[in-house]
Amino acid sequence: MKILVPIKRVVDYNVKVRPLSDNSNVDLNNVKMAVNPFCEIAVEEAVRLKESGTATEIIAVTVGTSASQEQLRTALALGCDRAILIESEENPEPLVIAKALAKIFEEENPDLIILGKQAIDGDNNQTGQMLSAILDLPQATFASKLVIEGQTANVTREIDGGLQTIKVNLPAIVTTDLRLNEPRYASLPNIMKAKKKELATKNINDLGIDTSARTEIISVELPPQREAGIKVESVDELIDKLKNEAKAI
Amino acid sequence: MSILVIAEHDNTGIRPSTLNTIAAAKLLGDDIHLFVATNNSELPNSASTIESVSKVISSVDDTLEHQLPEALAPMIKEVATSYSHVLAPATTFGKNLMPRASALLDSQQISDISGVIDQDTFKRPIYAGSCIATVKSNDSIKLITVRATAFDPVQLSGGSAAVESFDSVVSNDKSEFVNEEIAKSDRPELTAADVIISGGRGMQSGDNFHLLESIADKLGAAVGASRAAVDAGFVPNDYQVGQTGKIVAPNLYIAVGISGAIQHLAGMKDSKVIVAINKDEDAPIFQVADYGLVADLFNALPELADKI
Repeated sequence: MKILVPIKRVVDYNVKVRPLSDNSNVDLNNVKMAVNPFCEIAVEEAVRLKESGTATEIIAVTVGTSASQEQLRTALALGCDRAILIESEENPEPLVIAKALAKIFEEENPDLIILGKQAIDGDNNQTGQMLSAILDLPQATFASKLVIEGQTANVTREIDGGLQTIKVNLPAIVTTDLRLNEPRYASLPNIMKAKKKELATKNINDLGIDTSARTEIISVELPPQREAGIKVESVDELIDKLKNEAKAI
Repeated sequence: MSILVIAEHDNTGIRPSTLNTIAAAKLLGDDIHLFVATNNSELPNSASTIESVSKVISSVDDTLEHQLPEALAPMIKEVATSYSHVLAPATTFGKNLMPRASALLDSQQISDISGVIDQDTFKRPIYAGSCIATVKSNDSIKLITVRATAFDPVQLSGGSAAVESFDSVVSNDKSEFVNEEIAKSDRPELTAADVIISGGRGMQSGDNFHLLESIADKLGAAVGASRAAVDAGFVPNDYQVGQTGKIVAPNLYIAVGISGAIQHLAGMKDSKVIVAINKDEDAPIFQVADYGLVADLFNALPELADKI
């Protein structure tokens, strides 16, 4: 079984992102970048499938600027076998990314695509579903458990009311939720080995897809700030405030 | 042009998130149609009384019980061509379905809007709500998911929509429903509750959540949890409030033993009144709380349950 794992370079989740002073976009100058946390879970799941003998090859792929090579190397260090960078301008829209990934699917013919349910920059939660639509393949989003059984996958999904299990025919697209697994850290020997693994580069303009942007960012602002309230000294005071001041109970 | 709203429902009733989504649709146009795909022939009729809906487009078929996106998205694609906007709630239902329909229509979806500026321009949180982006869409059919808490719901009654049937049901041989574990509770659901009391890692165990439940019962509140509490296995995933869990904005939110990580704040900071109970006086949760009580929750909760 061959697995394709699309990943994304995003701002590290510990960074508090702020708007640029002219409010034209977010300020990404000199901030730490990392592999999107949900993508790390996708890589981990693919590596576990390989370790258990289910998968034979894992290909990491990303759509982004040449700086994204750094995140592909991380994926290689975590256990992916080779990587593909589809070079594009900064921040392509999910629909463009899905179209580019569909082209890679056609070239590689994987049995399974595992990717993060959302990237923590745009919080869009779209790419996996869009890729499924373009390829006319089944989708199993927000996965917390993945079991491969022959030519099908049983996927338990985190939904608002609890958990749902569906069965999808392979090839299928699976998007990862937080509790699918706990990703490992790359070891130093594996980081060294990753430097020698194959990393191919393509240009998005050579794929024959429409890369035009459909949306534009008009402005980016801070949300209304909530002011800290007061500290109360006791449960009695808390109840009094909630009843008589806030009238919340 | 008219606005299409995709109804979220459980085949017996329309979910509250649909009513918030219709409220957002009202900011875009007056002629709002509701698409109801279900296995229950009664549901479209009961949806026809929803305020502000002028037409219910009904698709009733046994295969639509679980509304899997492989079947539903092509149906939406066909219906959507006569609309300027197609809206669904940004719940796991809408998040799963809408991008698939959007790609079939070659449209770049706008996710999780929290405000409507005009027909083409919307506000939406990015980076876990650290920033709010104003985004303009140039697609001719705009597919949008709606952050329910940002729009006050319309009423379930007061409308009298025509019901029209849409019979092109799409068969799906790609995926099938296996089973569901849906939590049953007498308490209100998190996204619709007026009062929520949530526990974090400070609760120390799932058993200790009964301390929250006894207060919840007195206040008619829902019980939630932080990601840390869910990851630690104290409570199931459907309790989770936060960036990747549920987004809530009740009148009163009581955070107990929750430090206030940004991803939790992203899910509850639009609540009207926030109370924090935590023994660490430097916990970031106090920076957003209207009322903070620095105390050991194992002393404070029984006292609160007793006196409230």
